[in-house]
Amino acid sequence: MADTSGTATADTATGTVAHDDAAAGGDGVRRRDFINIAALSAAGVGGAAVIYPLVTQMAPSADVLAESSTDVDVSAIEPGQAIKAVFRKQPLFVRRLTPEEIKAANDTPTDSLRDAESLADRTKEGHGDLLVTMGVCTHLGCVPLGAAEGENQGEFGGYFCPCHGSQFDTAGRIRKGPAPTNLEVPDYEFTSDTTIRVG
Amino acid sequence: MSFPWAKQYSPGNDFTKWVDEKLPLPRLVYNAVGAGYPVPRNLSYMWNFGVLAGFCLVLQIVTGVILAMHYAPNALVAFSSTEHIMRDVNWGWMLRYAHANGASFFFLVLYLHIFRGLYYSSYKAPREMIWLLGVVIFLLVMATAFMGYVLPWGQMSFWGAKVITGLFGAIPLVGEPIQIWLLGGYAPDNAALNRFFSLHFLLPFVTAGVIILHIWSLHIPGSSNPTGVEVKSESDTVPFHPYYTAKDGFGLGVFLIAYMAMVFFLPNYLGHADNYIEANPLATPANIVPEWYFWPFYAILRAFTFDFILPAKLWGVIGMFSSILLWFILPWLDRSPVRSGHYRPLFRKFFWFGLIPCILVLGYCGGAHLSTFTILASQIATAYYFLHFLVILPLLSSFEKPEPLPYSITEAVLGSDKKAVLGENTSPAV
Repeated sequence: MADTSGTATADTATGTVAHDDAAAGGDGVRRRDFINIAALSAAGVGGAAVIYPLVTQMAPSADVLAESSTDVDVSAIEPGQAIKAVFRKQPLFVRRLTPEEIKAANDTPTDSLRDAESLADRTKEGHGDLLVTMGVCTHLGCVPLGAAEGENQGEFGGYFCPCHGSQFDTAGRIRKGPAPTNLEVPDYEFTSDTTIRVG
Repeated sequence: MSFPWAKQYSPGNDFTKWVDEKLPLPRLVYNAVGAGYPVPRNLSYMWNFGVLAGFCLVLQIVTGVILAMHYAPNALVAFSSTEHIMRDVNWGWMLRYAHANGASFFFLVLYLHIFRGLYYSSYKAPREMIWLLGVVIFLLVMATAFMGYVLPWGQMSFWGAKVITGLFGAIPLVGEPIQIWLLGGYAPDNAALNRFFSLHFLLPFVTAGVIILHIWSLHIPGSSNPTGVEVKSESDTVPFHPYYTAKDGFGLGVFLIAYMAMVFFLPNYLGHADNYIEANPLATPANIVPEWYFWPFYAILRAFTFDFILPAKLWGVIGMFSSILLWFILPWLDRSPVRSGHYRPLFRKFFWFGLIPCILVLGYCGGAHLSTFTILASQIATAYYFLHFLVILPLLSSFEKPEPLPYSITEAVLGSDKKAVLGENTSPAV
């Protein structure tokens, strides 16, 4: 039954089929070894091909990815005000800086910062007063305070995260507390003078 | 249990030795599906289907658990969440087709497994318990499949749920309250959908538990074989591994080719277009038929068209359920001491020319549009079905003169046992 090699013989002592090493072909490769390796390789490749869809099914689905660009009208934001929009189901802070806030940000030497970036690095040319950042603390993901009127803006007049006390300045840069990096500036562009498209 | 000549597990290194002392799981596997399980040397490919059925259960659980990550069991969104799986979820279409067709292939494999059991009388002593547990597994899988079919909340889902729960309404006096209780309402709705989802998730794991019992009870007498002659000596067996792992592996390859061909090229062939229409409690589709694997039983249900002491509706339900329930007494209906149909000339005739055609006719009629012809054909086939199990099988054992059995499995394979019965723990043949 499991007799695959021409020279296999029924071993009368055990009743099973024994295989002679002489079953190796002229090139010294045993037929059984070849079948073993070929079968296991095919099963391995097949298994990997099965794992791939089983894993990637958990990645964002098409309807989630379709939410990944958001238009925001910024015309109504007065200097000193901020609005909260939603980008990928997360808060997005859009803030019109006052001249004092811009000055405070520019007066801070960037080499003293944990995550060295200038205000100009974090805004678009010609729109240096519009700061667009994710409203997601880079420590562990809480929403910092400071965007809505009357909220605690922290020691540096920007944002303050109530979870673990991270303090961000008027350019949304980390100044104090556990957050490792500045508030993320998402990819965005001005589609008109008053509208930005995020994502 | 095992035969005295079964190979013993011996841990190869200190780590496996340590594991074996604390939790002898590798030993369990070795004794169950490894070299430690001696199996008759003459098993044909008909003995592949138990392993394949186990594979199908794993396949259904894996794809099912994933589908449950994306599906929402709420009557308001169930249908659209199914479409969400088909259109939005990465590989969702493939996973859903794999699950839907996996159900069909699960039943195909189960039916072949049961067919093997019926032809080779695998249900006879000492293997009655294996058979009884197998019938329990079959019933569990049927219930699971039915409830799973309801989940997409299409037209066939809805009306399938209504019709099948309606079966319980046929029970005298308590029928209607039971039906309302099962549905949690007067028609299938959110309550029914939610509990069906919950049970559809639970029952496969119950099934897995019963399968463990099924295999446990199998390993007490050991596997049957195509001759029906019990193992007598070491020369009658080979170790499960590598002999049957290889043979089952080959069968698995063939199975996967057929299965994948369906999933990728004919994914909706076995389904119904009506189920891509969202459930509508106000309109029944023109032809309500279950999935193919329920057709024979559906034909029995529809075969009872006349009142006779009890109402026709009740007869249909009794007929349908008892067509499977009678398998529970099958080991005691068939009293012939010969197991394999191969050595039973009369049984063989009734099996191939009676039972098998009658099940095929029932299958055809269950899936076909109702007509006077299909009803008459189902009535004749239903009558034969019960006659076969309840009258013909018990009588056969008195009339039939079985053909001579081989002395042993080895003799059946090699033509003679004299030179082969030399293993330890055996006495030479006379």
